[in-house]
Amino acid sequence: MADKRKYVIPGDVVTTGPFRPEQNVILDGNKIIATAVGISEIYDDSVKVIPLAGKYIPKINDLVIGKVNSHTSLSWEVDVNSCYVGFLPAQDVFGRDFSAHADELTSKLKTGDLVAARIANFDRTRDPLITIGDRDLGKIDSGELVEISPSKVPRLIGKRGSMIQMIEEGTEAAITIGQNGWVVVSCESPEGLLKAKKAIQMVNEQAHVANLTDQIKDMLDKKGES
Amino acid sequence: MGGRDAKMVLLDENGIRCDGRKIDEPRKIVIKAGGLKNADGSAYIEFGDNKILVGVFGPRDVHPKHMSDTDTGILRVRYHMEPFSVDERKRPAPSRREIEISKVIKEALEPAVMLENFPRTAVDVFIEILQADGGTRCAALTAASVALADAGIPMRDMVAAIASGKVADTVILDVNNEEDQAGQADMPIGYMPSLEKITLLQLDGVLTPEEYKKCVEVGVEGCKIVYELQKKALNDKYFGKKGD
Repeated sequence: MADKRKYVIPGDVVTTGPFRPEQNVILDGNKIIATAVGISEIYDDSVKVIPLAGKYIPKINDLVIGKVNSHTSLSWEVDVNSCYVGFLPAQDVFGRDFSAHADELTSKLKTGDLVAARIANFDRTRDPLITIGDRDLGKIDSGELVEISPSKVPRLIGKRGSMIQMIEEGTEAAITIGQNGWVVVSCESPEGLLKAKKAIQMVNEQAHVANLTDQIKDMLDKKGES
Repeated sequence: MGGRDAKMVLLDENGIRCDGRKIDEPRKIVIKAGGLKNADGSAYIEFGDNKILVGVFGPRDVHPKHMSDTDTGILRVRYHMEPFSVDERKRPAPSRREIEISKVIKEALEPAVMLENFPRTAVDVFIEILQADGGTRCAALTAASVALADAGIPMRDMVAAIASGKVADTVILDVNNEEDQAGQADMPIGYMPSLEKITLLQLDGVLTPEEYKKCVEVGVEGCKIVYELQKKALNDKYFGKKGD
């Protein structure tokens, strides 16, 4: 697969022939053209470009970290680092018997609170509907927020979670990665926290470097000894 | 703007222009992608003595709300010249000319950007001319397209731009300020090199049909030179030295 990878910029012809265009490519005649700066990958029957820049676009079932912006009497508005604001209905938090008179929304979530949420529904006609009524979701009480580029999230997770596992093991930190590029790191020891944050920033800045995993490993090991 | 030497030799007998270039030689062009931290995407271009900085924001919420389109995202462009960008202080308020160029650049970028995936949003392009020396609209369009790519806005192709023109009855590439003022014609061209489509074509001056064709040809060739530099700027930023 590696030899089929290519660096592309918008307008570059990735390949020609009978392929199915997937992410960030368009079909023009029989040419497949990249629409973003990124790395192209050609599979057996499809082509896609992994972007290296760009904003987060919500996708159903994505785990995101959100910041509560404001609320009405029926719902919260949550900033999910996207061009659209997340919509969190009060029923989702209070349950079916929610009453706009009896329940005060700020008792559960206040402006500025961080939540781990899932995109429950999103299409081009409406703002994304998010939910926190699931396991591992809900308000985040402790930890530090690290912002990275949403396009680098897959790199931070690594193949089958290898990268993030390595960072977690090396620092004993608990890391929650939102697909929107917001990451919450919590760790008992301050050194572990700093190290984890540094590792995440390294991934963010050097996502295109080939042997990044080894470099991160070196960094984690080195600091641990000193 | 006034006070120009009317007898200036724009093209000497050896085919060398007033600034020492050959007829089909563009000025020195340097493009740098990125550079602004707070913008989602940015680019800086030096096109001869033109110095232009472009910042892109978005896709983001549209304000005022009534401008938003439920079918597609919208593109907004502001072309602005700094008061110190020209010989005599330019008043900073947008002039008739700046408003027109903003519109022209917006329309030249629209065929390239694919905003239909971001309904109810806007992409804002801010172009600041730090120093002007003729051909700013082309340089600005070139830089804006790099900044859009840097912001990760999906695009069908890059847009490269350069002006061709006519001085001393000869078709030339990349018209500078002197040639623009004293020359016979000036034709800015915006071009999508991979799709082979022209997105901007203006003409100020008089050309015969043959000269017109020649001008377009020369301009398109020039755009391809500019495109290589755009490519290099993006490769340098995203792929380090590894990019081809």
